[in-house]
Amino acid sequence: MPKRTAYTAKIEHYQILDENGELDTRLAKNTLTDEDVVFLYEQMSISRHYDEIAFKLQRSGRMGTYPQNKGQEAGPAAAGLVMKQRGSVDWIAPCYRENLALFLNGLPMESILLHWMGDERGNKIPDGVNILPMAIPIGTHPLHAVGLGWSAKYKEEDRVGVAFFGDGATSEGDVHEAMNFAGALKLPCVFFCQNNKWAISVPSSTQTASETFAQKGLAYGHHCVQVDGNDIFACYKIFKEAIDRARMEHKPTFIEALTYRLGDHTTADDARRYRDQAEVDEWAKKDPLIRTRKYLENKGLWDDDRQAQIEAKAKEIVSRVVKNAEGIEKPKTSDFFDDMFAVLPDELVRQRETMRTSVLGQRPQTETLAGQPQHA
Amino acid sequence: MASLTLVQAINLALIQEMEADDRVLILGEDVGKNGGVFRVTEGLHERFGAKRVVDTPLAESGIMGSAIGLAMGGLRPIPEIQFEGFMGPAYDQLTNHAARYRSRSRGSITIPMTVRVPVGGGIHAPELHSDSPEAIYAHTPGLKVVMPSSPYDAKGLLISAIRDPDPVVFFEPKRIYRSFREEVPEDEYTVPIGKAKIVEEGSDLTVVTWGASTVQCIEAMDSLPEDLSVELIDLRTIYPWDEETVVESVNKTGRCVIVHEAPKTAGFGAEVATVIQERCFLKLQAPVQRVAGFDTVMPYYKLELEYLPDAARIGKGILECAAY
Repeated sequence: MPKRTAYTAKIEHYQILDENGELDTRLAKNTLTDEDVVFLYEQMSISRHYDEIAFKLQRSGRMGTYPQNKGQEAGPAAAGLVMKQRGSVDWIAPCYRENLALFLNGLPMESILLHWMGDERGNKIPDGVNILPMAIPIGTHPLHAVGLGWSAKYKEEDRVGVAFFGDGATSEGDVHEAMNFAGALKLPCVFFCQNNKWAISVPSSTQTASETFAQKGLAYGHHCVQVDGNDIFACYKIFKEAIDRARMEHKPTFIEALTYRLGDHTTADDARRYRDQAEVDEWAKKDPLIRTRKYLENKGLWDDDRQAQIEAKAKEIVSRVVKNAEGIEKPKTSDFFDDMFAVLPDELVRQRETMRTSVLGQRPQTETLAGQPQHA
Repeated sequence: MASLTLVQAINLALIQEMEADDRVLILGEDVGKNGGVFRVTEGLHERFGAKRVVDTPLAESGIMGSAIGLAMGGLRPIPEIQFEGFMGPAYDQLTNHAARYRSRSRGSITIPMTVRVPVGGGIHAPELHSDSPEAIYAHTPGLKVVMPSSPYDAKGLLISAIRDPDPVVFFEPKRIYRSFREEVPEDEYTVPIGKAKIVEEGSDLTVVTWGASTVQCIEAMDSLPEDLSVELIDLRTIYPWDEETVVESVNKTGRCVIVHEAPKTAGFGAEVATVIQERCFLKLQAPVQRVAGFDTVMPYYKLELEYLPDAARIGKGILECAAY
């Protein structure tokens, strides 16, 4: 047979809850309960308020650069719930637009603010919480999720390594090495790509010639699927299946979640320089909070009273979190020495104790040799 | 006690640490069935299985990055980068992640990982197989950098590195992988990281070196005048380096020659020389000399012996310093 088809593939797209709040009840089977949906709507509302307050903190000079999560809450919410329901045992290697997935799995809400307030204590992970600090260089952390998934397989633990990253990260070589290692070494991993259409000013169409981002996983032996990333039902269903596939078959899944960055890249960015307002307005209609609320209202599970309640609750929670983050004492200068190594080398101890690097400042007189002239 | 080459000593250390601690695993290119391109991991795949001696895809950043994840997951990974010239792709993972996790997470995440890397020239290898990049990693806060010069030290230092709670870059000078044997105890022992070795005691001049250059220095010393008493110090650890041993020696001798394969400018010898002028200023009788690789690209192997500090060049440096 001189010519044959060596390989064919297709990418399925899932949408279960559309932008009008209409549910595909067949696909929604065995996904979220009413209670789950109410819970996720409330959590997304709190997260959205947190995001708005974080933006204001930066604008008023109370916090450094902050990347808004606005518009991208559904994927992290649904994936976060899947992992929360498993007891938060999975390892999460986040980028910086998945706040809600982290909050749902044990990261204190103060931590993210502290990080952006220029304080490493925001990266301190509480005991028993399986979340890495946010990864600032793009696309380097999926390899850590791969190693963590690998460690779970090695130790025969029921844990999955989960990496969150954006469409821009898929252009980074490390993401491909991570995908390849996970596939080739059969590791329990999930790759969750939030395609929010923009990597700062570069649109996803410039990032790749692929028809989808999901198909990038095909070459590495992943199960690949595209979901409506603003749909908590689809994200929940597909992510849960991915976690189970990782656990049961040690087969990685690459999920492309189609969403949109409603805010600027960070508070240091002005997206009006490079994208049309019409596009933003169009995506604002697909906001995950709007459609989830519509769905709940249609089912009689939500009303204006409950909306007022959750808004009040969000204010109360976030204001307490901001108070805690701003109220923490300034870190000590010794802090940036103390965690360099388990045991500090002598020179680092001298630098810490004297806050000097000049040897005369570090060792005044004490090292002067007997019988030699003193140079004070 | 057996007479072992440096390769055999490392192999023995790996076997013993893997037997003692099932968290220890090896990953890299060709480390499994093939036993590594230098046969450092020979027999380990058969002995410990594919779960603990893992042939990975050919990707250095992938090896380094996934090893970081393994370490965070509670294991003690030993990634191998096949040659120092291939550390480039893994540089970001090593310096921006492995080196920083403990600090940036304020101690809540640690990376107990030993990166094994064959290093240096002198074996007629192809391009990018003969460099000496130790200063780059010594200049990266958060990494420890080790380079043994003998089979005994290699075994003891590697065991220390594997047990260390922080990332260690373990450079293996390939020129002396098999060039001589040394008595190496069968039992496990450690050589402490951060402690230099006085290879030979002397009173007139101090030579500070590390790695394969130690052997060149010993050869150079054989042809020096008998009335010149040279103290030879092998740093063994590049970071954190043993200032006290060097300072004590130079305060005694008043003269120092530093020898390394890496390019002279901003090589680790510059750091050693600076600390000597800081702490031995009034005792110095001659400017500190550096006999090092030239500030050029490492030549292909037809000229590599002209590039590398050899006994003749080291001997001249010592005599010039002694005569100053």
